[in-house]
Amino acid sequence: MREPDNIAQMKAILEAALLTSPQPLALDDLLKLFAGRMERATLRMLLDELKADWMEKTLELVQVASGYRFQAKEAYGEYLSLLNPERQPKYSRAVMETLAIIAYRQPVTRGDIEQIRGVAVNPNVIRQLQERDWIDIVGQREVPGRPSLYATTKHFLDDLNLRSLAELPPFEAFAQSEIPLE
Amino acid sequence: MVLAINSLIKINGETLSALPQDLYIPPDALEVYLEAFEGPLDLLLYLIRKHNLDILDIPMADLTVQYMTYVEKMKAINLELAADYLLMSAMLIEIKSRMLLPKPAAVEEEDDPRAELVRRLMEYEAIKRAAQRLDAMPKVGQEIEVAAAHFQPVSQMKPPEVHLEDLVEAWRNVLKRAKLHQHHKLGRAELSVREHMSLLLRRLSKTPVLRFDELFDVAKEGIPTLVVHFLAMLELAKEGLIRITQQDAFGPIYVQASHSS
Repeated sequence: MREPDNIAQMKAILEAALLTSPQPLALDDLLKLFAGRMERATLRMLLDELKADWMEKTLELVQVASGYRFQAKEAYGEYLSLLNPERQPKYSRAVMETLAIIAYRQPVTRGDIEQIRGVAVNPNVIRQLQERDWIDIVGQREVPGRPSLYATTKHFLDDLNLRSLAELPPFEAFAQSEIPLE
Repeated sequence: MVLAINSLIKINGETLSALPQDLYIPPDALEVYLEAFEGPLDLLLYLIRKHNLDILDIPMADLTVQYMTYVEKMKAINLELAADYLLMSAMLIEIKSRMLLPKPAAVEEEDDPRAELVRRLMEYEAIKRAAQRLDAMPKVGQEIEVAAAHFQPVSQMKPPEVHLEDLVEAWRNVLKRAKLHQHHKLGRAELSVREHMSLLLRRLSKTPVLRFDELFDVAKEGIPTLVVHFLAMLELAKEGLIRITQQDAFGPIYVQASHSS
Protein backbone atom coordinates (compact mmCIF):
# COMPACT_ATOMS: atom_id res chain seq x y z
CA MET A 1 0.00 0.00 0.00
CA ARG A 2 1.63 3.18 -1.17
CA GLU A 3 1.20 6.27 0.89
CA PRO A 4 -0.74 8.98 -0.88
CA ASP A 5 1.65 11.79 -1.73
CA ASN A 6 -0.61 14.41 -3.19
CA ILE A 7 -3.93 16.02 -2.47
CA ALA A 8 -5.70 14.56 -5.49
CA GLN A 9 -4.83 11.08 -4.31
CA MET A 10 -5.97 11.75 -0.75
CA LYS A 11 -9.27 13.08 -2.00
CA ALA A 12 -9.71 10.05 -4.25
CA ILE A 13 -9.21 7.77 -1.24
CA LEU A 14 -11.76 9.72 0.80
CA GLU A 15 -14.17 9.64 -2.10
CA ALA A 16 -13.88 5.88 -2.56
CA ALA A 17 -14.40 5.28 1.17
CA LEU A 18 -17.43 7.56 1.38
CA LEU A 19 -19.03 6.21 -1.78
CA THR A 20 -18.80 2.63 -0.63
CA SER A 21 -19.86 3.13 2.98
CA PRO A 22 -23.50 2.42 3.73
CA GLN A 23 -23.27 4.45 6.95
CA PRO A 24 -22.05 8.00 7.39
CA LEU A 25 -18.32 8.12 8.18
CA ALA A 26 -17.15 10.25 11.07
CA LEU A 27 -13.91 12.23 10.96
CA ASP A 28 -12.31 9.59 13.19
CA ASP A 29 -13.25 6.87 10.71
CA LEU A 30 -11.83 8.85 7.82
CA LEU A 31 -8.57 9.50 9.71
CA LYS A 32 -7.97 5.73 9.80
CA LEU A 33 -7.67 5.79 6.02
CA PHE A 34 -4.39 7.63 6.39
CA ALA A 35 -2.98 5.56 9.23
CA GLY A 36 -2.67 8.51 11.57
CA ARG A 37 -0.67 10.67 9.15
CA MET A 38 -3.39 13.24 8.73
CA GLU A 39 -4.40 16.32 10.66
CA ARG A 40 -8.08 16.81 11.40
CA ALA A 41 -7.93 20.31 9.98
CA THR A 42 -6.43 19.03 6.72
CA LEU A 43 -9.05 16.34 6.55
CA ARG A 44 -11.81 18.90 6.94
CA MET A 45 -10.28 20.99 4.21
CA LEU A 46 -10.08 17.97 1.89
CA LEU A 47 -13.72 17.14 2.60
CA ASP A 48 -14.73 20.70 1.77
CA GLU A 49 -12.86 20.45 -1.52
CA LEU A 50 -14.45 17.12 -2.26
CA LYS A 51 -17.86 18.61 -1.57
CA ALA A 52 -17.11 21.38 -4.04
CA ASP A 53 -15.82 18.89 -6.64
CA TRP A 54 -19.17 17.10 -6.63
CA MET A 55 -21.22 20.26 -6.87
CA GLU A 56 -22.11 19.70 -10.53
CA LYS A 57 -22.72 15.97 -10.28
CA THR A 58 -25.61 13.71 -9.35
CA LEU A 59 -24.49 12.99 -5.81
CA GLU A 60 -23.71 15.39 -3.03
CA LEU A 61 -21.47 15.06 -0.01
CA VAL A 62 -23.40 16.02 3.10
CA GLN A 63 -22.56 16.14 6.77
CA VAL A 64 -25.09 14.63 9.16
CA ALA A 65 -24.95 13.88 12.89
CA SER A 66 -22.81 10.72 12.58
CA GLY A 67 -20.48 12.01 9.91
CA TYR A 68 -20.19 12.45 6.16
CA ARG A 69 -22.09 10.60 3.46
CA PHE A 70 -22.83 10.80 -0.23
CA GLN A 71 -26.47 10.90 -1.21
CA ALA A 72 -28.44 11.49 -4.37
CA LYS A 73 -29.33 15.12 -4.91
CA GLU A 74 -32.87 15.96 -3.98
CA ALA A 75 -33.88 16.51 -7.60
CA TYR A 76 -33.51 12.80 -8.33
CA GLY A 77 -35.54 11.68 -5.34
CA GLU A 78 -38.85 11.29 -7.11
CA TYR A 79 -37.31 9.33 -9.99
CA LEU A 80 -35.45 7.02 -7.64
CA SER A 81 -38.61 6.38 -5.67
CA LEU A 82 -40.15 4.87 -8.81
CA LEU A 83 -37.57 2.10 -8.63
CA ASN A 84 -38.72 1.23 -5.19
CA PRO A 85 -42.42 1.93 -4.78
CA GLU A 86 -42.64 0.03 -1.49
CA ARG A 87 -40.98 2.72 0.56
CA GLN A 88 -41.15 3.33 4.26
CA PRO A 89 -44.78 4.09 4.97
CA LYS A 90 -45.62 7.43 6.48
CA TYR A 91 -46.13 7.44 10.20
CA SER A 92 -49.47 8.17 11.81
CA ARG A 93 -50.19 11.54 13.39
CA ALA A 94 -49.87 9.99 16.85
CA VAL A 95 -46.34 8.80 16.01
CA MET A 96 -45.29 12.10 14.48
CA GLU A 97 -46.69 14.15 17.35
CA THR A 98 -44.95 11.93 19.88
CA LEU A 99 -41.73 12.25 17.90
CA ALA A 100 -42.12 16.03 17.76
CA ILE A 101 -42.60 16.21 21.53
CA ILE A 102 -39.52 14.07 22.13
CA ALA A 103 -37.48 16.00 19.58
CA TYR A 104 -38.36 19.47 20.86
CA ARG A 105 -38.86 18.80 24.56
CA GLN A 106 -36.32 16.04 25.27
CA PRO A 107 -35.64 14.38 27.55
CA VAL A 108 -39.29 13.63 28.30
CA THR A 109 -41.22 10.90 30.06
CA ARG A 110 -44.32 9.17 28.86
CA GLY A 111 -46.24 11.34 31.33
CA ASP A 112 -44.89 14.53 29.73
CA ILE A 113 -46.05 13.31 26.34
CA GLU A 114 -49.48 12.49 27.72
CA GLN A 115 -49.71 15.89 29.35
CA ILE A 116 -49.05 17.70 26.08
CA ARG A 117 -51.17 15.50 23.83
CA GLY A 118 -54.00 15.02 26.34
CA VAL A 119 -54.25 11.28 25.63
CA ALA A 120 -52.60 8.13 26.92
CA VAL A 121 -49.48 7.11 25.03
CA ASN A 122 -49.99 3.98 23.00
CA PRO A 123 -47.01 1.68 23.69
CA ASN A 124 -46.95 0.81 20.01
CA VAL A 125 -46.08 4.38 19.15
CA ILE A 126 -43.00 4.34 21.36
CA ARG A 127 -42.05 0.91 20.05
CA GLN A 128 -42.28 2.02 16.43
CA LEU A 129 -39.97 4.93 17.11
CA GLN A 130 -37.53 2.75 19.04
CA GLU A 131 -37.49 0.14 16.31
CA ARG A 132 -36.66 2.81 13.79
CA ASP A 133 -33.81 3.75 16.15
CA TRP A 134 -35.06 7.32 16.22
CA ILE A 135 -35.54 7.49 19.99
CA ASP A 136 -34.06 5.72 22.98
CA ILE A 137 -34.12 5.78 26.75
CA VAL A 138 -31.46 8.04 28.21
CA GLY A 139 -32.27 7.66 31.89
CA GLN A 140 -34.95 7.75 34.53
CA ARG A 141 -36.54 10.72 36.21
CA GLU A 142 -35.99 10.52 39.94
CA VAL A 143 -39.67 10.62 40.90
CA PRO A 144 -41.89 7.81 42.16
CA GLY A 145 -42.00 5.05 39.57
CA ARG A 146 -38.73 6.26 38.02
CA PRO A 147 -40.23 6.81 34.57
CA SER A 148 -37.93 6.44 31.57
CA LEU A 149 -36.67 9.57 29.87
CA TYR A 150 -36.79 9.48 26.08
CA ALA A 151 -34.56 11.39 23.69
CA THR A 152 -33.88 11.34 19.97
CA THR A 153 -30.85 9.50 18.60
CA LYS A 154 -28.07 10.41 16.18
CA HIS A 155 -29.70 8.08 13.73
CA PHE A 156 -32.80 10.24 13.82
CA LEU A 157 -30.73 13.27 12.86
CA ASP A 158 -28.94 11.28 10.14
CA ASP A 159 -32.23 10.17 8.63
CA LEU A 160 -33.54 13.72 8.61
CA ASN A 161 -30.34 15.04 7.06
CA LEU A 162 -29.45 17.06 10.13
CA ARG A 163 -26.16 17.62 11.93
CA SER A 164 -27.67 18.55 15.26
CA LEU A 165 -30.97 19.21 16.99
CA ALA A 166 -30.33 22.92 16.51
CA GLU A 167 -31.00 22.37 12.81
CA LEU A 168 -34.56 21.20 13.42
CA PRO A 169 -37.10 23.62 12.03
CA PRO A 170 -37.63 26.28 14.70
CA PHE A 171 -40.37 25.50 17.16
CA GLU A 172 -43.08 27.98 16.35
CA ALA A 173 -44.14 29.12 19.73
CA PHE A 174 -47.02 31.51 19.89
CA ALA A 175 -45.99 35.10 19.48
CA GLN A 176 -47.35 36.11 22.87
CA SER A 177 -45.20 34.77 25.65
CA GLU A 178 -47.57 36.28 28.18
CA ILE A 179 -51.12 35.32 27.41
CA PRO A 180 -53.14 38.51 27.63
CA LEU A 181 -56.50 37.64 29.07
CA GLU A 182 -59.03 40.43 29.37
CA MET B 1 -58.23 16.08 9.60
CA VAL B 2 -59.06 19.10 7.53
CA LEU B 3 -62.34 19.55 5.74
CA ALA B 4 -61.24 21.52 2.71
CA ILE B 5 -63.76 24.15 1.87
CA ASN B 6 -63.83 24.79 -1.81
CA SER B 7 -64.68 28.35 -2.69
CA LEU B 8 -67.14 27.13 -5.31
CA ILE B 9 -69.47 25.28 -2.99
CA LYS B 10 -73.03 25.65 -4.19
CA ILE B 11 -76.05 25.38 -1.97
CA ASN B 12 -79.46 25.45 -3.67
CA GLY B 13 -77.84 26.81 -6.80
CA GLU B 14 -76.20 29.73 -5.03
CA THR B 15 -72.46 29.96 -4.79
CA LEU B 16 -71.33 30.17 -1.22
CA SER B 17 -68.66 32.79 -0.87
CA ALA B 18 -68.19 32.81 2.88
CA LEU B 19 -68.63 30.22 5.57
CA PRO B 20 -71.80 30.67 7.59
CA GLN B 21 -70.99 32.10 11.00
CA ASP B 22 -73.03 29.53 12.87
CA LEU B 23 -71.46 26.58 11.12
CA TYR B 24 -72.33 23.53 13.08
CA ILE B 25 -71.03 20.08 12.33
CA PRO B 26 -73.68 17.52 13.06
CA PRO B 27 -72.28 14.73 15.22
CA ASP B 28 -73.31 12.17 12.62
CA ALA B 29 -70.95 13.69 10.12
CA LEU B 30 -68.16 13.42 12.62
CA GLU B 31 -68.65 9.77 13.31
CA VAL B 32 -66.30 8.74 10.54
CA TYR B 33 -63.59 10.98 11.88
CA LEU B 34 -63.78 10.06 15.53
CA GLU B 35 -60.69 7.91 15.29
CA ALA B 36 -58.94 10.68 13.41
CA PHE B 37 -58.85 12.96 16.44
CA GLU B 38 -55.71 12.61 18.42
CA GLY B 39 -57.46 13.34 21.69
CA PRO B 40 -59.63 15.90 23.45
CA LEU B 41 -57.18 18.74 22.82
CA ASP B 42 -57.23 17.92 19.14
CA LEU B 43 -61.03 17.94 19.09
CA LEU B 44 -61.16 21.24 20.99
CA LEU B 45 -58.70 22.82 18.60
CA TYR B 46 -60.76 21.55 15.71
CA LEU B 47 -63.90 23.12 17.14
CA ILE B 48 -62.13 26.39 17.87
CA ARG B 49 -60.67 26.58 14.36
CA LYS B 50 -63.94 25.57 12.73
CA HIS B 51 -65.82 28.33 14.49
CA ASN B 52 -63.12 30.90 14.01
CA LEU B 53 -63.03 31.34 17.74
CA ASP B 54 -60.29 33.35 19.33
CA ILE B 55 -58.12 30.89 21.18
CA LEU B 56 -57.29 33.65 23.67
CA ASP B 57 -60.92 34.46 24.37
CA ILE B 58 -62.83 31.22 24.17
CA PRO B 59 -66.61 31.48 24.66
CA MET B 60 -66.75 28.66 27.17
CA ALA B 61 -70.51 28.08 27.02
CA ASP B 62 -70.65 27.48 23.25
CA LEU B 63 -67.52 25.41 23.18
CA THR B 64 -68.60 23.22 26.07
CA VAL B 65 -71.99 22.53 24.51
CA GLN B 66 -70.47 21.50 21.19
CA TYR B 67 -67.78 19.49 22.82
CA MET B 68 -70.28 17.61 24.96
CA THR B 69 -72.37 16.76 21.93
CA TYR B 70 -69.47 15.04 20.27
CA VAL B 71 -68.35 13.30 23.40
CA GLU B 72 -71.85 11.90 23.93
CA LYS B 73 -71.63 10.51 20.43
CA MET B 74 -68.21 9.06 21.09
CA LYS B 75 -69.33 7.49 24.31
CA ALA B 76 -72.01 5.62 22.42
CA ILE B 77 -69.46 4.23 20.01
CA ASN B 78 -66.27 3.71 21.90
CA LEU B 79 -66.31 3.91 25.66
CA GLU B 80 -62.59 3.46 26.12
CA LEU B 81 -61.82 6.26 23.73
CA ALA B 82 -64.23 8.51 25.61
CA ALA B 83 -62.34 8.31 28.92
CA ASP B 84 -59.76 10.97 28.01
CA TYR B 85 -62.54 13.03 26.48
CA LEU B 86 -64.68 12.81 29.61
CA LEU B 87 -61.86 14.19 31.71
CA MET B 88 -61.75 17.17 29.38
CA SER B 89 -65.52 17.67 29.67
CA ALA B 90 -65.17 17.84 33.42
CA MET B 91 -62.45 20.42 33.01
CA LEU B 92 -64.52 22.50 30.60
CA ILE B 93 -67.52 22.47 32.90
CA GLU B 94 -65.36 23.43 35.82
CA ILE B 95 -63.93 26.40 33.93
CA LYS B 96 -67.39 27.45 32.81
CA SER B 97 -68.80 27.33 36.32
CA ARG B 98 -65.87 29.23 37.75
CA MET B 99 -66.42 31.94 35.18
CA LEU B 100 -70.08 32.20 36.17
CA LEU B 101 -69.33 32.73 39.82
CA PRO B 102 -69.07 36.34 40.88
CA LYS B 103 -65.56 37.26 41.90
CA PRO B 104 -65.13 38.44 45.45
CA ALA B 105 -63.58 41.88 45.46
CA ALA B 106 -60.63 40.71 47.53
CA VAL B 107 -59.33 38.31 44.87
CA GLU B 108 -59.87 40.47 41.86
CA GLU B 109 -56.44 39.64 40.53
CA GLU B 110 -57.30 35.97 40.22
CA ASP B 111 -56.20 34.35 37.00
CA ASP B 112 -58.65 33.73 34.25
CA PRO B 113 -59.90 30.17 34.76
CA ARG B 114 -59.31 29.54 31.06
CA ALA B 115 -55.61 30.31 31.25
CA GLU B 116 -54.44 26.73 31.84
CA LEU B 117 -56.65 25.37 29.07
CA VAL B 118 -55.46 28.03 26.67
CA ARG B 119 -51.84 27.29 27.56
CA ARG B 120 -52.33 23.58 26.88
CA LEU B 121 -54.19 24.20 23.64
CA MET B 122 -51.45 26.47 22.40
CA GLU B 123 -48.72 24.03 23.37
CA TYR B 124 -50.56 21.19 21.68
CA GLU B 125 -51.11 23.20 18.53
CA ALA B 126 -47.43 24.12 18.40
CA ILE B 127 -46.48 20.43 18.72
CA LYS B 128 -49.02 19.53 16.08
CA ARG B 129 -47.46 21.99 13.67
CA ALA B 130 -43.96 20.79 14.56
CA ALA B 131 -45.06 17.23 13.83
CA GLN B 132 -46.37 18.27 10.44
CA ARG B 133 -43.09 20.00 9.64
CA LEU B 134 -41.08 16.96 10.73
CA ASP B 135 -43.33 14.81 8.60
CA ALA B 136 -42.72 17.03 5.59
CA MET B 137 -38.94 16.91 5.93
CA PRO B 138 -37.11 14.63 3.51
CA LYS B 139 -36.04 11.42 5.23
CA VAL B 140 -33.69 8.59 4.47
CA GLY B 141 -35.78 5.72 3.18
CA GLN B 142 -38.36 8.09 1.79
CA GLU B 143 -37.00 11.05 -0.11
CA ILE B 144 -33.29 10.71 0.61
CA GLU B 145 -31.32 8.06 -1.21
CA VAL B 146 -27.96 7.33 0.39
CA ALA B 147 -25.17 6.39 -1.99
CA ALA B 148 -23.61 3.01 -1.35
CA ALA B 149 -21.45 1.79 -4.20
CA HIS B 150 -20.60 -1.86 -4.03
CA PHE B 151 -17.26 -2.75 -2.60
CA GLN B 152 -16.01 -6.21 -1.82
CA PRO B 153 -13.64 -5.71 1.09
CA VAL B 154 -10.36 -7.56 0.70
CA SER B 155 -8.75 -9.07 3.74
CA GLN B 156 -5.74 -7.18 5.06
CA MET B 157 -4.24 -10.39 6.51
CA LYS B 158 -1.51 -12.32 4.68
CA PRO B 159 -2.35 -15.96 4.03
CA PRO B 160 -0.24 -18.21 6.33
CA GLU B 161 2.80 -19.92 4.77
CA VAL B 162 2.69 -23.69 4.27
CA HIS B 163 5.75 -25.98 4.11
CA LEU B 164 5.88 -29.47 2.70
CA GLU B 165 6.48 -30.95 6.15
CA ASP B 166 3.25 -29.37 7.40
CA LEU B 167 1.39 -31.04 4.61
CA VAL B 168 2.92 -34.42 5.38
CA GLU B 169 2.16 -34.02 9.06
CA ALA B 170 -1.42 -33.08 8.28
CA TRP B 171 -1.78 -36.16 6.08
CA ARG B 172 -0.46 -38.38 8.87
CA ASN B 173 -2.98 -36.93 11.24
CA VAL B 174 -5.74 -37.63 8.80
CA LEU B 175 -4.64 -41.26 8.51
CA LYS B 176 -4.38 -41.58 12.27
CA ARG B 177 -7.86 -40.25 12.73
CA ALA B 178 -9.23 -42.43 9.96
CA LYS B 179 -7.96 -45.45 11.87
CA LEU B 180 -9.93 -44.39 14.94
CA HIS B 181 -13.04 -44.18 12.89
CA GLN B 182 -12.62 -47.62 11.36
CA HIS B 183 -15.77 -49.62 11.35
CA HIS B 184 -15.98 -52.54 13.66
CA LYS B 185 -16.85 -55.58 11.66
CA LEU B 186 -19.42 -57.64 13.44
CA GLY B 187 -19.60 -61.30 12.69
CA ARG B 188 -22.41 -63.33 14.10
CA ALA B 189 -20.95 -65.60 16.73
CA GLU B 190 -23.07 -68.62 17.23
CA LEU B 191 -23.41 -68.34 20.94
CA SER B 192 -26.43 -69.43 22.77
CA VAL B 193 -27.26 -68.11 26.20
CA ARG B 194 -29.18 -71.32 26.82
CA GLU B 195 -26.09 -73.35 26.04
CA HIS B 196 -24.03 -71.40 28.54
CA MET B 197 -26.74 -71.68 31.15
CA SER B 198 -26.47 -75.43 30.90
CA LEU B 199 -22.70 -75.23 30.95
CA LEU B 200 -22.78 -73.19 34.12
CA LEU B 201 -25.27 -75.44 35.87
CA ARG B 202 -23.17 -78.39 34.93
CA ARG B 203 -20.08 -76.84 36.52
CA LEU B 204 -22.06 -75.98 39.66
CA SER B 205 -23.29 -79.52 39.96
CA LYS B 206 -19.67 -80.58 40.20
CA THR B 207 -18.47 -77.73 42.39
CA PRO B 208 -21.37 -76.46 44.54
CA VAL B 209 -19.87 -73.01 45.19
CA LEU B 210 -17.83 -71.04 42.74
CA ARG B 211 -16.24 -67.65 43.12
CA PHE B 212 -17.56 -65.15 40.62
CA ASP B 213 -14.17 -64.61 38.97
CA GLU B 214 -13.65 -68.35 38.64
CA LEU B 215 -16.64 -68.46 36.30
CA PHE B 216 -14.89 -66.47 33.67
CA ASP B 217 -11.83 -67.67 31.90
CA VAL B 218 -10.66 -64.28 30.80
CA ALA B 219 -7.41 -65.59 29.41
CA LYS B 220 -8.91 -68.13 27.08
CA GLU B 221 -12.32 -66.85 26.08
CA GLY B 222 -13.09 -63.95 23.82
CA ILE B 223 -15.25 -61.07 24.95
CA PRO B 224 -18.40 -62.34 23.18
CA THR B 225 -18.18 -65.61 25.04
CA LEU B 226 -17.64 -63.89 28.38
CA VAL B 227 -20.63 -61.63 27.78
CA VAL B 228 -22.86 -64.52 26.88
CA HIS B 229 -21.59 -66.41 29.90
CA PHE B 230 -22.46 -63.46 32.12
CA LEU B 231 -25.90 -63.18 30.55
CA ALA B 232 -26.43 -66.85 31.14
CA MET B 233 -25.57 -66.38 34.81
CA LEU B 234 -28.08 -63.52 35.12
CA GLU B 235 -30.69 -65.55 33.34
CA LEU B 236 -30.17 -68.46 35.77
CA ALA B 237 -30.44 -66.13 38.72
CA LYS B 238 -33.67 -64.72 37.33
CA GLU B 239 -35.11 -68.15 36.96
CA GLY B 240 -34.07 -68.96 40.53
CA LEU B 241 -31.75 -71.75 39.51
CA ILE B 242 -28.66 -70.23 41.09
CA ARG B 243 -28.04 -67.90 43.95
CA ILE B 244 -25.52 -65.08 43.90
CA THR B 245 -24.31 -63.91 47.26
CA GLN B 246 -21.89 -61.41 48.66
CA GLN B 247 -21.06 -61.18 52.36
CA ASP B 248 -20.17 -57.54 52.42
CA ALA B 249 -19.45 -54.64 50.07
CA PHE B 250 -16.49 -55.32 47.77
CA GLY B 251 -16.20 -58.79 49.19
CA PRO B 252 -15.98 -61.81 46.91
CA ILE B 253 -19.15 -62.78 45.12
CA TYR B 254 -20.15 -66.45 45.25
CA VAL B 255 -22.38 -68.31 42.89
CA GLN B 256 -24.07 -71.55 43.92
CA ALA B 257 -26.86 -73.77 42.66
CA SER B 258 -30.11 -73.17 44.46
CA HIS B 259 -30.84 -76.73 45.34
CA SER B 260 -27.42 -77.30 46.92
CA SER B 261 -28.16 -75.18 50.00
